Amino acid sequence: MFLNAIRLSLREIRRNLLRSFLTVLGIVIGVAAVITMVTLGNGATRLVGEKISTLGTNMLILLPGKDGMVEAPKFRMSDVEAIAEQIPSLLAVSPEVQTNAKLVVGAENLENRVLGVTNAYFIAANWTLADGRLFSEDDEKLGRAVCVIGDTVRSKLFGESNPVGRSIRIKKFYCEVIGLFAGKGQMMGVDQDAVVFAPVRAVQRRLTGNSSVPVILISTKDGANTDRAMKQIKSLMRERRRLSDNDEDNFDLLNTKQMTQVLTGTVDIITTLLGIVAAVSLLVGGIGIMNIMLVSVTERTREIGIRLAIGALGKEVLAQFLTEAVALSATGGLIGIVLAFMACAILSFITEMPFIFSPGIIFVSFVFSVGIGIIFGYMPARRAASLDPIEALRHE
Amino acid sequence: MKVLQLNARSNKSETAPLIELRGITKTYGQGQATFQALRGVDMSVRQGDFLAIMGPSGSGKSTVMNILGCLDTVSSGEYLFHDIHVECLSHNERALLRRHFLGFVFQGFNLLARTSAQENVELPLLYRGTPTAKRHKEAREALALVGLSGWETHTPTELSGGQQQRVAIARAIVTRPLVLLADEPTGNLDSKRSHEIMRLLVRLNQEWGITVLMVTHEPDMAVYARRTVHFVDGLLGKDSEREPSACF
Repeated sequence: MFLNAIRLSLREIRRNLLRSFLTVLGIVIGVAAVITMVTLGNGATRLVGEKISTLGTNMLILLPGKDGMVEAPKFRMSDVEAIAEQIPSLLAVSPEVQTNAKLVVGAENLENRVLGVTNAYFIAANWTLADGRLFSEDDEKLGRAVCVIGDTVRSKLFGESNPVGRSIRIKKFYCEVIGLFAGKGQMMGVDQDAVVFAPVRAVQRRLTGNSSVPVILISTKDGANTDRAMKQIKSLMRERRRLSDNDEDNFDLLNTKQMTQVLTGTVDIITTLLGIVAAVSLLVGGIGIMNIMLVSVTERTREIGIRLAIGALGKEVLAQFLTEAVALSATGGLIGIVLAFMACAILSFITEMPFIFSPGIIFVSFVFSVGIGIIFGYMPARRAASLDPIEALRHE
Repeated sequence: MKVLQLNARSNKSETAPLIELRGITKTYGQGQATFQALRGVDMSVRQGDFLAIMGPSGSGKSTVMNILGCLDTVSSGEYLFHDIHVECLSHNERALLRRHFLGFVFQGFNLLARTSAQENVELPLLYRGTPTAKRHKEAREALALVGLSGWETHTPTELSGGQQQRVAIARAIVTRPLVLLADEPTGNLDSKRSHEIMRLLVRLNQEWGITVLMVTHEPDMAVYARRTVHFVDGLLGKDSEREPSACF
């Protein structure tokens, strides 16, 4: 009887194929959107985690201001030096001054990131030299116009030729290329190799025009207690900034775990918002099914009358209509799952994010779409079952 | 359930009435707008009878048909079907009574649209829970009996009126019911098809012993019945019994 009900309802769906498809479109879109969002969200989170873990677990980042503070004072080179001198368990402490500038080599030119750093930066952020050398002591102290470039910049400006010893014009000054880094690849859609490193003093003097340091990158020694180092850095900074016990920190110190949280937190918010949109779409889809089922009950009043006259029980008519609604929504759910798979495969190919298959969300969205069929199909089914056979038979 | 305990074809003598109506009344509407369709009907039908119910429109013949078919309830009075008090049965019990003992044929055929003849005939068996293979076989047999072998896959729109009515009859008798209720079965058919349908009903009555109750307003059709009752203003009028002529 149950199998029969499914068979009958599938035939009923086939009979009105276009209408059935339009009816379940809401469910299809809703389910597809939910699964795609969750899968891509998982992929993005995993990607961020993987990329940040390649930075090393012992990386810390010191930012001015806390929780979106606007008027936070920037750091100075003296802060960098103080931290490096006074905290014992640190491997490397480097300023990071970032700016964009136009790079020109002969006929080639490129708008690109230029980072002002010290040699310590390359230790903290794990850069490996492929050719040439890093900054000398004099380069750093005097802020000489020298630079070490990433692989993308090399290929765009110099093609296949060796860049070491050549020079790049950055805005109005010429900068000698002294080294080339091995490629690091992408991170969160940003090409890490599209970068030019120059001594921090050179960038401050010739590009940004001030002596502030927006970000300090810190790396602790292997096996050092990171939590203790963080406490020491924080108290040192509070002391240097003369903050009293009542004052809040006006800087923020993050470890890689917290950086991951900050980045994945954004992903989570976006995923949640899109999830809500998808849920609304499912609700609308459910109402669509109810609407069509109500139309169907009216349309088929005579059929219901015939069924009742030849001995169908009310509950059997109810079961038939309910099965139809559930078959509709379940079919919609299945189509949605297939679509989501295709969308995820395409999107993860384009964005190079990992495709994380999650059976849980597929199960949940399928159960949810079946549930929608039951909830929104029940009212029309009840209406069909409670028809008076005589009235129903007379219906034209 | 009471109905299912009924052992249909045994321990019932041929002469005792299969159906008995005692003082049946039926009132529609409420308050000022009431309309009394039946005003105390006493009637009995023996098993194996072929009864034609006649009368002008509004005389209550359709109402009594609906009550006999357990589709409608009585306002007062007793309806005994095989010694069961139908007036005491619930909605579902009446549905089961229809499922197991009654077959319906309507004026408008009432086949399921866009559904093959075979599937239409199988429908009552589906509700009885007959296994698939047996269901297919019995439906084919019923269609063969009404002369529609080879038409199994045709849908109602691909069949003539007479053929549609024969499918409807096949659907009504596929469960081998005790009683076949036919509400103006020839009302939508021309005279030649009408006579074909009537001969089919007579055959089912004589060969299978199915009790046939038929509403008609055509005296031509009523002559096929063994017994004719006339309704006038919600009351049973003339009740005439005759031996059917042998020349059908």
